[in-house]
Amino acid sequence: MRSKQTQVSDRSKGKAGWGLKSAAWFGVLYLNLPILFIVLYGFTTDDASYSFPPPGLTTQWFAVTWARADFWDAFWLSVQVAFLSMLIAMVLGTFAAAAMYRFKFFGKEAVTLLILLPIALPGIVTGISLRSAFALGDIPFSYFTIVLGHATFCIVVVYNNAIARLRRSSPALIEASMDLGADTFQTFRHVILPNLATALLAGGMLAFALSFDEIIVTTFTAGQQETLPIWMFGELSRPRQRPVTNVAAIFVMIITFVPILAAYYLTRDTDDVAGSGK
Amino acid sequence: MTTASGTAAVSFQNVSRHYGAVKAVDAVSFDIREGEFFAMLGPSGSGKTTCLRLIAGFEQPTDGHVIVHGIDMNGVPPYDRDVNTVFQDYALFPHMSVLDNVAYGLMIRKVPTGQRRKQAEEMLEMVALGGFGGRKPSQLSGGQRQRVALARALVNHPKVLLLDEPLGALDLKLREQMQVELKAIQRRVGITFVYVTHDQGEALSMSDRVAVFNQGKIEQLASPTELYEKPATTFVAGFVGISNLLEGAAARAVTGTEQACSIRPEKIHLERSGVAIPADAMTARGRVSSILYLGANTRYEVALEGGGELTVTLQNREAHAEPAEGETVQLWWEARHLMRFAR
Repeated sequence: MRSKQTQVSDRSKGKAGWGLKSAAWFGVLYLNLPILFIVLYGFTTDDASYSFPPPGLTTQWFAVTWARADFWDAFWLSVQVAFLSMLIAMVLGTFAAAAMYRFKFFGKEAVTLLILLPIALPGIVTGISLRSAFALGDIPFSYFTIVLGHATFCIVVVYNNAIARLRRSSPALIEASMDLGADTFQTFRHVILPNLATALLAGGMLAFALSFDEIIVTTFTAGQQETLPIWMFGELSRPRQRPVTNVAAIFVMIITFVPILAAYYLTRDTDDVAGSGK
Repeated sequence: MTTASGTAAVSFQNVSRHYGAVKAVDAVSFDIREGEFFAMLGPSGSGKTTCLRLIAGFEQPTDGHVIVHGIDMNGVPPYDRDVNTVFQDYALFPHMSVLDNVAYGLMIRKVPTGQRRKQAEEMLEMVALGGFGGRKPSQLSGGQRQRVALARALVNHPKVLLLDEPLGALDLKLREQMQVELKAIQRRVGITFVYVTHDQGEALSMSDRVAVFNQGKIEQLASPTELYEKPATTFVAGFVGISNLLEGAAARAVTGTEQACSIRPEKIHLERSGVAIPADAMTARGRVSSILYLGANTRYEVALEGGGELTVTLQNREAHAEPAEGETVQLWWEARHLMRFAR
């Protein structure tokens, strides 16, 4: 282990200077310190304002949050929406990737752009356009309009993962399968799908995480429903029991972080696009 | 193993495959006999691989008919053809074990699990990979993957086995070893092998017959010996072995006519001046321009006095009086070894 480390540092021409090191640490702190504060204030005894340092530490807010029915309503709504959006994205994203990989057609580049657009556009543009589309179609805002809204950008992460995997696998695999007697459907089932499995799982998990903490598109496509992020936003403006929001935030962190980590490990040994944050 | 009945395993009847203006295969007709080891040899882009893909069904002819064991294959998809392919990059399924790879074709044909395991294991034994069934393809060396690909194709007992430059990715030693093994396996199973390669050595050493492809057409279809000793065209002479082609004035100086001709390097005798030469031999004088010592033999480049250049290889059977670079030497060969070309 020791000698390996020496080798690596030899190859990278010595250690980083102090300036570079402190810059790197500043960057890490800048990104992560606010998150630490969110966790810290989940334990504060002060229930109306965020004073520093916290006057005392307590775990009572976990019990309080646990007992709040509105928290659980919002939480389960978000889980359901994220799960459904993920499913829609996995089906449509896989099909889109398979079609884009397999066929060449006029306007292919344009279609690629159109698929990627929902994640590239600001959420507010996606949100407004969906809202006006629903209004034009006379579709009442509901649970399903939220799911449809989330699916638009969830498809992108599944598509990206799937097409990256397809591009890396040898096209001869499909020919080999057909050569050995498998028709199109058998080839899809025995060769293409198993090859895509980890990429699809990773894409699906990222899609779940994206949907779970989405607030902008949700604001425009929800009716009376409150997903967890919307519930938290509303909670912030109430004077009482502020740390409940922090506890909820810790929940969101765990629920979104685990799938992202899992997706990273699933695609670690490949050069797949793991996905980009929205 | 060639059957006396004379039915062709594969028959190309005026087959063309065009991609727009590019004629990858251009009105080609030939027969591959049942049970023979047939090589399609040619430079890249000569149409040999396209012909292989036409037999496999990955390509459909623009014109003409590909017939396998008497059945017209036009419009028949790859999975309904009784042929199997060993791919250039092996194309093993990375998510399956070696055994499942070999058993894939049997699984698709719904052979019961126990039976297909047994057959796959037997086939792995045959390619000297017994006991490797539990591994993943990524845990095998290039040569081992090559054998798995072969076993995966052969386990289906195809009427014709297609091999697309199967040894291209292996190093020289392994390639030579696999050439011997492939030939032995082909004899044992008696299946028609159609072998695509750009390596003339491979084609000559393994095949019963070789078709030399050039620009979408077959230049010559013959046995390895005939191909080497009696090449039909200057292209074949140049592609199979060292050509020693003499044309125009250089040809006139040696043979008296301007018709293109050539002599294989090992057929030429090289003598230092003052040595008696048989009266009926053809001769040329020249200056040694370079000497390449290759261990078993030495290769001399001789610039002829009448123009042109000839390569001469001499076996290093015993120490012989070696001419030095720049020395003038006398070349001679028997007249029957001179090859003349119409084109």
